[in-house]
Amino acid sequence: MSFKRIWALFKARNYEFFRDRAGFGWNILFPFLIVAGFGVIFSSDSGSDYKLGVFSVKENQAGLESLDLPGRLKTYQHIKIIPFETRDEALDKLAHHKIDLLLENAGPELKYWVNDSSPKGYVLEKMVRESMVPEEWFASKVIRQEVRGEGIRYIDWLFPGILGMNIMFSALFGVGYVIVRYRRIGVLKRLKATPVTAFEYLTAQLVSRVLIMLISSSVVWLGCDLLFSFRMHGSYLDVLAVFFSGTLCLVSLGLVLACRGTNEELTNGIINFISWPMMFLSEVWFSIEGASGFVQQAAKLLPLTHFLNAARKIINDGATFSDVSSEVAILLIMSFVFLTIGSILFSWTK
Amino acid sequence: MTGNPNVIEVRNLEKHYNGYTAVDGISLAIAKGSCFGLLGPNGAGKTTTVEMMENIIPPDRGVILYKGGERDRTFNQEIGIQFQHTELLAFLTVEETLKTFAAFYHKHLPVEEVLTLCMLDNIRKNMNHKISGGQRQRLLLGLALLNDPELLFLDEPSTGLDPQARKHIWEIILDINKKGKTIILTTHYMEEAENLCDTIAIMDKGRIIEQGSPKSLIKTHCQEEGCPKNLESVFLKLTGKYLRE
Repeated sequence: MSFKRIWALFKARNYEFFRDRAGFGWNILFPFLIVAGFGVIFSSDSGSDYKLGVFSVKENQAGLESLDLPGRLKTYQHIKIIPFETRDEALDKLAHHKIDLLLENAGPELKYWVNDSSPKGYVLEKMVRESMVPEEWFASKVIRQEVRGEGIRYIDWLFPGILGMNIMFSALFGVGYVIVRYRRIGVLKRLKATPVTAFEYLTAQLVSRVLIMLISSSVVWLGCDLLFSFRMHGSYLDVLAVFFSGTLCLVSLGLVLACRGTNEELTNGIINFISWPMMFLSEVWFSIEGASGFVQQAAKLLPLTHFLNAARKIINDGATFSDVSSEVAILLIMSFVFLTIGSILFSWTK
Repeated sequence: MTGNPNVIEVRNLEKHYNGYTAVDGISLAIAKGSCFGLLGPNGAGKTTTVEMMENIIPPDRGVILYKGGERDRTFNQEIGIQFQHTELLAFLTVEETLKTFAAFYHKHLPVEEVLTLCMLDNIRKNMNHKISGGQRQRLLLGLALLNDPELLFLDEPSTGLDPQARKHIWEIILDINKKGKTIILTTHYMEEAENLCDTIAIMDKGRIIEQGSPKSLIKTHCQEEGCPKNLESVFLKLTGKYLRE
């Protein structure tokens, strides 16, 4: 093994990445845009509100007070009332899940429509009915208790997921896809004609990509932090260790995908086939808490799951490195397995 | 191994792809310091033969000896290759590409010398994806020469070059050959083979159908009246005039 050759290949790959302005810019811009977009969308919590349609409401009939709705219903939080002029218009929105439940604004009798296939409609129906029951009825039957503490904003929970997703795509496409392309156009064949070994080449690609991803993730973190003031509860050093092991694991997975193919379109399909389920099962966007046991077990086989679990524990909950040591160990073991498979199967030529 | 007159020797080399025989029992011995030309129509098996000798693809059968022994780790340190189709890292400059490749070898020529030799001085700061086809060929030749190789494989080195650039490449090849380096050249330009090579093998359908010096081949195969006394006549006579591929 020659460190001189690894260093030369490492430098060459870094030049390639940083000088390809379109690719480099997109790597930085993409996660930033996603976080910014979700920040705007969820800033008003409109995504999680229950949408209650009311008809018929005249254009000049302003304010909740003038509507014929149960008094308590008007006071409930997280219900957004959406007025409609006609019933047909409102029913169309209900049928298309644009609203969760529809109420008629017509006197003391409460008449409502609900879409049977809407889970939020089902819950909202219970809330509407509950609003008709006098509050005193609950007084002796239910005891309310509060959990005190700082809540985690959705954007704080989402942020590690977006960074992890960006690293996953960058690792799989930036390593897997690029190596397959290099093989097809003969770059790898030219390297095979030199004293460079497969181990030296793969090591240089791995180290270069891990470094690039850590740098670009730091830039995205700084940029997003300036805009949204993320709450970081743990240690930056611990997060760095988690991001390092997560990136290493995902880049190693990219090397496995790149070890033989020459067909970029097939590789593209395989990477999408792996990355899209990983994105959802590993809880980038939403929790799979409550999903079937099989789904939860399948999620544990995915490196991104352990990566995001560890990152969120530190960022959102203030966990220490020892709290996430099992996730980090799994990521390192997976990295070793992927690297071994990738090195054994690696081919320079078609 | 010492004293072996042949730099590279192949015996009964075979390569098959899904039932198709690309190379069918070739045997060759290439003497040190020679310029050996491998000619043949498209699909004759030239590139496959050369790539097996270069250690790029493994043979299905046969033996390849370098300096009388098995090819070991020093083989890649001592050979230079210019492939027929090779892309380079797009966002590296010409100079950076040469420096990167220079780092792969224990010993190499100064990058400045290679830049001058291959007339790359004035484009040294150009990115690889912005250089012309001819400049690219010169850079690929520069990469092949970088480690001052004992054995140089050139697969159609002057394809796509204008006459001036081609003449320049020929001068470089002749100069290297004069320094005692061994060259294995494949080309479709008969004039190129006639000018550069001291030994020529003509391949067809995976086999060597004729071998000798350009002069001896012309003498043997162009005896009829009216037959132009050149290598192209020999080539067409041996491989036929029908279109391949």
